[in-house]
Amino acid sequence: MDEAQPHPTHVVDCDILIVGGGFAGCGAAYEARYWGRDLKIVIAEKAAIERSGAVAQGLSAINCYMGMRWNENQPEDFVRYVRNDLMGLSREDLVYDMARHVDSTVHMLEEWGLPIFTDPKTGRYVREGRWQVMIHGESYKPIVAEAARKAASELYERIVVTHLLPDAKDPKRVAGAVGINVRDGSFYVFRAKAVIVAAAGASHIYRPRSAGEGSGRTWYPPWATGSAYALLIQMGAEMTQMENRLVVTRFKDGYGPVGAWFLLLKAVATNAAGEHFESARLPELRTRVGAYADAKPMPTCLRNHLMLQEILEGKGPILLHTERVLDTPEKETIGWEDFLNMTIGQAVTWASQGIEPTKDPSELILSEPYVMGSHAVCAGAWTSGPQDVALGEYSWGYNRMTTVAGLFGAGDTVGGSAHKFSSGSFTEGRLAAKAAVAFVRDHAEAPTVGEEEIARFRSTVYAPLDRYAEKRGNVTAGTVSPDYLFPDQGLNRLEKIMDEYAGGVSANYTTNEHLLTRALEHLRRLRVDLGSMGARDLHQLQRVWELDHRLWTAEAVVRHTLFRQETRWPGYYYRADYPHVDDEKWHCFVNSVFDPATREWKLFTRPYHALI
Amino acid sequence: MPTYVMTDKCKGCMECVKICPSDIMHIDPVQGRAYNIEPAMCWECYACVKACPEAAIDVRGYADFAPLGHSVVPMRTADRIVWKIRMLGGETKEFTFPIRTTPWGSIRAPQDAPEPTHDAARSELLSFEPDYLAVDALPTLPRPTTAGA
Repeated sequence: MDEAQPHPTHVVDCDILIVGGGFAGCGAAYEARYWGRDLKIVIAEKAAIERSGAVAQGLSAINCYMGMRWNENQPEDFVRYVRNDLMGLSREDLVYDMARHVDSTVHMLEEWGLPIFTDPKTGRYVREGRWQVMIHGESYKPIVAEAARKAASELYERIVVTHLLPDAKDPKRVAGAVGINVRDGSFYVFRAKAVIVAAAGASHIYRPRSAGEGSGRTWYPPWATGSAYALLIQMGAEMTQMENRLVVTRFKDGYGPVGAWFLLLKAVATNAAGEHFESARLPELRTRVGAYADAKPMPTCLRNHLMLQEILEGKGPILLHTERVLDTPEKETIGWEDFLNMTIGQAVTWASQGIEPTKDPSELILSEPYVMGSHAVCAGAWTSGPQDVALGEYSWGYNRMTTVAGLFGAGDTVGGSAHKFSSGSFTEGRLAAKAAVAFVRDHAEAPTVGEEEIARFRSTVYAPLDRYAEKRGNVTAGTVSPDYLFPDQGLNRLEKIMDEYAGGVSANYTTNEHLLTRALEHLRRLRVDLGSMGARDLHQLQRVWELDHRLWTAEAVVRHTLFRQETRWPGYYYRADYPHVDDEKWHCFVNSVFDPATREWKLFTRPYHALI
Repeated sequence: MPTYVMTDKCKGCMECVKICPSDIMHIDPVQGRAYNIEPAMCWECYACVKACPEAAIDVRGYADFAPLGHSVVPMRTADRIVWKIRMLGGETKEFTFPIRTTPWGSIRAPQDAPEPTHDAARSELLSFEPDYLAVDALPTLPRPTTAGA
């Protein structure tokens, strides 16, 4: 530690570095310790793992549980479900692998103290839907965090990891990461033999529907800043399905989830006139997507599509008839608990707007798009699959390792494997960690980290503080300067570009080649301006690097969307110039690699193979 | 949504600053009390509300769609959470839910289990499998031999 510098440097040497302490990261820490008793396992987390990540607030269901012990489902069934929901495209080896292990995770969670609804007559978990089980999940994250804290050698909180470090001798191998401690401003260099990126997907890539102070009311949390992708892209890792962004059907304004309402309580949605609209729209849907229109259950994106068409024809608002199903006090309690456990803001919305769900229907809406890989979409890194079931070109030795040696992913980071949710992300963290331990055993030599590289990152990450200090005096009070942008100003520009050019809410999720090409030009200029950011304190410096990660993510989304010349997921987005599903040309993965040396992107396809 | 902090209750203990996932609860250097520095990045997750030992933090729904006159207030103990809700019209509701079935701190650390064997380390099994799967064996498939199979 060099005290003479304004931002002292700490060097942390470890065997396995886990970036992000959400569900995937906590699962990774637990499993890494089980198999690597003698290894130094370190977690770097930008908040506090007790309440970090997408499950910070809690959950009301575990959305992925097979129930193999009761012969409810087998992993093959889940693969067919996911394939169907993603319009025929998923890495089935990864999906199968997660599914065959996820029950052991859920049983472990129950043993740790997570209250799972159990039917006293049968002894089985209470099902919300085919794959979901109901939980009293207010403390889901603190429980999982307790396990991770016990497993990790060291836990570093309030560290914003800004960049991964390449090996100085081999740029295709990872050597660690750098980041900023946002409490004391110190600089952290983590040197690791293997790195598991278990960071988050992204909100606030697209302009949210809510305005002003309400813009924190996104569906995925505002602290999900796309680090899952930005860190990897800059290392040259191959990415897949970045065009597969997510739009969710939610209660209007509060963004309360609909799963328990549709699946457990059997509520129905109608247009404003009380009409059921889905079946009437099937003929139009068949002309767009062919046989996928009749898939059972209907893919998430297609349900979105039908609702969107109804709204665009002026038949909204779409109403979810809670009042028809909350016919007992027990069901009313289930309805409120669903929100109080995972989307408290929806309970606040009901309270503030005086909506009494036993008497009044609630409005539904389609959200702004999100970029992530663990819900009903599968953006993320192209990773190696499990050796026993993955096809040749899907496997290069270590499960969940990216195309960069020693660099593993889990949760939102891993592409091609949708519908992991909380239990599956934790499970994927476990899978990645076991493989990372094997990698460390096979590659015992410490990687090489170049001092020049570290010095370069160091000066880059603090530059916004220096710029602000230097230029602040040129203008009077206020936030407007010709010399720098504050991070919220840059974020507003990013959201506007993506919303208007890349298929956001204001464009009814529609774009085309011309709009996407314009989007790339605007994003390029925003990238230039990222070199002129100002930060008046460490909090704003964190926001600058979050914006940087969001911008990398957004660029990948636009490039992938431009490359895929079809509309595979209507209801998520529309290429107006290619409005149909085109299985002949595009029943394949769209992948990309950014070359850090030439700064150029390469887009290409990878074949889809059915495993089941 | 923004959280707000009641002047007469906050003692500046930093618990909200430590827990906030969005890094938006900070201490006002003038008053020595916490406040929400960036409401537009607040997710209404209630992490700070639950963590505050003085019950000094509450939430006022987002101004862009939530009329004034409501409250949703939790009280969390070791094994349950109680929610008190006041609706726009003044009606109140109360709900109590369990949060954990075991004592805090009771989770068995993975390193307390017997060391796994070398064979297990090179297998597809995760920790405590196949026991924790509650089926006889980890499922697998016939290994595909050719691409496109």
